[in-house]
Amino acid sequence: MFFYNLRLALLSLRRNPALSALMIGAIAVGIGASMTMFTVYYLMSADPIPQKSAHLYRVQLDNWDPDKPYAPPDKAPEQMTYRDAVSLMKQGPAPLSNAMFRSFTVAQPSDKNKSPFPVRVRVTYRNFFPMFDTPFEYGGAWGKSDDAEAHQVVVLSNETNERLFGGENSVGKSVKLYHRYFKVVGVLKPWRPTPRYYDLTATAFAKPDDVYVPLSLTAPLQIQPGGIMSCWKSNGSDFQSLLNSECVWLQFWVQLDTPTQVAAYKSFLDDYVREQKKLGRFQRPLNNHLRNVMQWLDYEHVVASDNSILLGLAFMFLAVCLVNMMGLLLAKFLGRAAQSGVRRALGASRAMIFYQHLVEVAVIGFCGGLAGLALTWLGLRLVSGLYRNYEGLTQLDPTLAGIAIGIALVAALVAGIYPAWRICRTSVAMHLKTQ
Amino acid sequence: MRPILSALLRNKTGAVLVVIQIAITLAIVVNALFIVNQRLALIGRPTGMDEANIFSLYSFGFTSNFRAGPTIQQDLRTLRGLPGVIDATPINLVPMSSSGSDLTLTAQRGENVPGVDAGIYDVDEHGLNALGLKLIAGRNFTHQEVDYVDPEKDYTPPVVIVTQGLAKALFPNGGALGKTLYWGGKKPSRIVGIVKRFYGNDYSGHIGWSILLPDVTTAKQIAYVVRAQPGQRDRLMPKVEKMLGQSNRDRTIMQMSAMSKTIAGHYREDRAMAVILIVVIALLIAVTALGIFGLAVFNVNRRRKQIGIRRALGARRVDIIGYFMTESWLMTTIGVVIGSALAVGLNYWLVMHYAVPRLAWYYVPAGIGLLWVLGAVAVLMPALRAASIPPAVATRTV
Repeated sequence: MFFYNLRLALLSLRRNPALSALMIGAIAVGIGASMTMFTVYYLMSADPIPQKSAHLYRVQLDNWDPDKPYAPPDKAPEQMTYRDAVSLMKQGPAPLSNAMFRSFTVAQPSDKNKSPFPVRVRVTYRNFFPMFDTPFEYGGAWGKSDDAEAHQVVVLSNETNERLFGGENSVGKSVKLYHRYFKVVGVLKPWRPTPRYYDLTATAFAKPDDVYVPLSLTAPLQIQPGGIMSCWKSNGSDFQSLLNSECVWLQFWVQLDTPTQVAAYKSFLDDYVREQKKLGRFQRPLNNHLRNVMQWLDYEHVVASDNSILLGLAFMFLAVCLVNMMGLLLAKFLGRAAQSGVRRALGASRAMIFYQHLVEVAVIGFCGGLAGLALTWLGLRLVSGLYRNYEGLTQLDPTLAGIAIGIALVAALVAGIYPAWRICRTSVAMHLKTQ
Repeated sequence: MRPILSALLRNKTGAVLVVIQIAITLAIVVNALFIVNQRLALIGRPTGMDEANIFSLYSFGFTSNFRAGPTIQQDLRTLRGLPGVIDATPINLVPMSSSGSDLTLTAQRGENVPGVDAGIYDVDEHGLNALGLKLIAGRNFTHQEVDYVDPEKDYTPPVVIVTQGLAKALFPNGGALGKTLYWGGKKPSRIVGIVKRFYGNDYSGHIGWSILLPDVTTAKQIAYVVRAQPGQRDRLMPKVEKMLGQSNRDRTIMQMSAMSKTIAGHYREDRAMAVILIVVIALLIAVTALGIFGLAVFNVNRRRKQIGIRRALGARRVDIIGYFMTESWLMTTIGVVIGSALAVGLNYWLVMHYAVPRLAWYYVPAGIGLLWVLGAVAVLMPALRAASIPPAVATRTV
């Protein structure tokens, strides 16, 4: 029965190729537009580290101007001062915590034939690597003693290792950064968390950094912060006063596995701030926060409001395409009512007529879905051409392709049920009479 | 009118579907066009700089032999001496790039005085000319006022130049020229000049609130802004990169970029939004028009006999065309009436949830006009086809 109806459907579609193309085109355009926006939205709001996103917490302390909040109405700064970050690392009760910031320098390959090139540096504790589950190709994180004694060691990104050493195992070799020699202790596998949740400054979808060096080198090497720094209080401009200043430029994360740990850490933070208040710092009311990865992404509005608006408009667009298709189907089916009348007179039941038309609708939906998938691909190409740093966000995976075809089928059936129902309800006698 | 209405009412569903389609189309088109125009206005704002002819680059010293002060002076001599270059200035950060630095300024001395956040740009006496800024009051920096400052040292410039926007923000009652402003309420600087407009970065309170300082920080990293004579920019850029790169091996030249490109990068997301919305509007209009067209073709085909009879009874071709056009106009009109309410509702939702301003009223009538035309155009061809049905059709199958 299904195949008979399928044949009828194909015949009917072929009889009216322009109209069929119009209907398939309408649903394809609707699917293409909505799936393009949905893909970007879905990947933007994806969990970048599902295995532990609930247990990684971003820490915020409010050391800001007593007269003016960091951001209205009373938001605490996203980033932290150097002195607080280092203190929390020393005193905090969390098994795993990490303070870090972004810097910038030039890498000088030991091979004199290769020219120096700029690199983005993450200045961090060794905890970065276990905390964010970074995959290692060679070697591993530097040791606790490297952090404690400020050794010049470095972990390279896969890309940087490719560029410096042609991709070979470079552990034990050295590279010149900040015009000093750094020993390579580890090389990461290609790694691109999307969004780059651990540091959202600049853009949320930026690539991870090129090299990683110990944060304890900040003072001895006078490593200049290269990310976003905000200050509210003027301070001396030499390096040591920057480190002691109220300027915020470090990101601070802790891993807390149980609610007890979370509560303990929260009260530790409150105690720390109360202690600092006695020294005349932290004059604003207590405003400390722990936010896990997904809460942090939400707090930082990683999904741009533009993308939410586009998603909403795209689904309204899909609705227009469906209404459009419904109108065309209705017209088409009613125009053919006489045929159904004859089938009914020859003994076909209403259910059979309904089924026959539904199969036709499903065929249109399926074709529309396939064409829509092609349009989605085109749409994603357009989107990635328009935005920078969106490459990771514009890939169609099988799940999304399945969703696209699914939406197309469901949408077509929804649009087709009423016309199919109308046609199976028409009176037999009237159509036979006019033949 | 009446027969058209009753014909419409006999086939309610089809008409209702067209009406719904037109209503949603109007709501989307009106709001999307509004957002597009907002973004285009944003992108088109003049920055106050000579956007078309300037380019920027960074010099980054990375060896222990690197001496910032002499290098910068040598670079400036090289740049200013190049044929085709109007002027060049050192600057702490490239305006309109993703980097920015801002500080709080106040109009009075004191710890708890409300302040204004301004974007900070360190230039020398060639700054105004190299950026192409227009001085509207006061004077430029003099050569004597420009200090080469060690980044380790604390520095407050005795004189500054501010933008008109910043001057108004600091001194709402006017007369900013010659007045003193305070850095974080403490250290004073006197305003000696006001430029009409200079867009720096978005991090401060307003993109147009910028302040120029007469100093060159002798840090490892320094940017240069070079202004070329019209038409010379693209020739000069690779030349400058090569010359400066070869002149000193202790540093590297990075991020060479035409200002027009830097500005385009600044507005990338806004342009992307505008382009995507324009594509959506175009597709939506096409789908709706084709939908109306398809339905009209069908209606004409279904009513061939009826049309033939009307023609046989004396209706002129014009009457037949008029019939279909009126029918379409009726549906479009009901659609746009509902659509206007939807458009306002959608805008209300966008205003509530996102940073979208309230819709300017004239977008709704403009959208209505657009859809009226669209409805008429879409139905014209089928109507003409209907008019060409000969009266003889009436006699055939009866």
